[in-house]
Amino acid sequence: MARFRKDEKKEVPELNMGSMSDIIFMFLFFFMVITNMRESNIKVTVRPPSATEVQKLEKKSLVATVYIGEPVNAATENTLPPGKVSVQLNDQTIKQEDLAEEVRTWIGQEKEGRSEEDRNKLTFSLKVDKDVQMRYVNTIKSELRTNNALKINYATGKTERK
Amino acid sequence: MARKTPTINTGSSADISFLLLTFFLLTSNISTEQGIPRRLPPPSDKEEIVDIKERNVLVVQVNFLDEIFVGSGAIPVTELKNVAKNFLLNPNNDPKLPEKEVREIDHMGEYTISKGVISLVNDQSTSYNMYVQVQNELQRAVNEIRDDVSSQYFGKKYDLLDTAFQRAVQKAVPMNISEAPPRDYNQQQ
Repeated sequence: MARFRKDEKKEVPELNMGSMSDIIFMFLFFFMVITNMRESNIKVTVRPPSATEVQKLEKKSLVATVYIGEPVNAATENTLPPGKVSVQLNDQTIKQEDLAEEVRTWIGQEKEGRSEEDRNKLTFSLKVDKDVQMRYVNTIKSELRTNNALKINYATGKTERK
Repeated sequence: MARKTPTINTGSSADISFLLLTFFLLTSNISTEQGIPRRLPPPSDKEEIVDIKERNVLVVQVNFLDEIFVGSGAIPVTELKNVAKNFLLNPNNDPKLPEKEVREIDHMGEYTISKGVISLVNDQSTSYNMYVQVQNELQRAVNEIRDDVSSQYFGKKYDLLDTAFQRAVQKAVPMNISEAPPRDYNQQQ
């Protein structure tokens, strides 16, 4: 017993915590540089299809995204057919009875928010669930085309070539 | 007579930066957005009817059951790349496959460009997944041809080329996909 007591008296040498904050700051800057804020809360679940020939989208600020997929909460969102598919522009799911018109005003808003120079570089990214039928995508595509928003992107996951 | 400045306790600065760190961790999404980029054709009042010879067009149809038809036969999606490649390259100068045209291209000299156009028709009930797969396979066919051409002329893969050379290869191997207005199987019944 006596021996044990002797050991307990030994003190652990104190660690120098001064550089700790530097390390954490380094982490912080790393994350600050690589992050982009989630700008909208997504109300539909999208399981994107996967493809091999994908390219990265260049400028995040010049991307406008449409989400199409199953609503997270079917009771409160606009769906068509009921409870199945929602289309989200900006922060809300939209009424799909006048899908074309909603999309048109949305394209106008997105373009207006950008400078003249950026308007032609604006990319419209379609984030669509893989089980969604093409009719939604077709309507949006034809609307994009008639409104001269020609750069589009089909968001996909990436798989390796076999 | 300089007085010693009292040391500031910096122990808590680690805590503060931890707090900031967790904030950024939570609000960030690292996953970069990626996908298949496409350019839509510019809007026109009336659909222009371009007179293209039959041999220069490969019609790819995807029906409401996600089956792919090229010409008259159904093929699996894995075959599509090879069919498209064969169509665009026309290696044996088959008179049923597209014509070629010799043109002068910067950095490359004379090159025989294929006049082939792929026409894609989908149904309103086609699943988005199949549509993307088809687009992907067609893109893959073109990318593989571009890779071959660029390693033949420049000794490098297409992705590693300078933009000027990439543009030359793009001119030599154009990506001509035209999308016809979709059909609607459900409306016909």
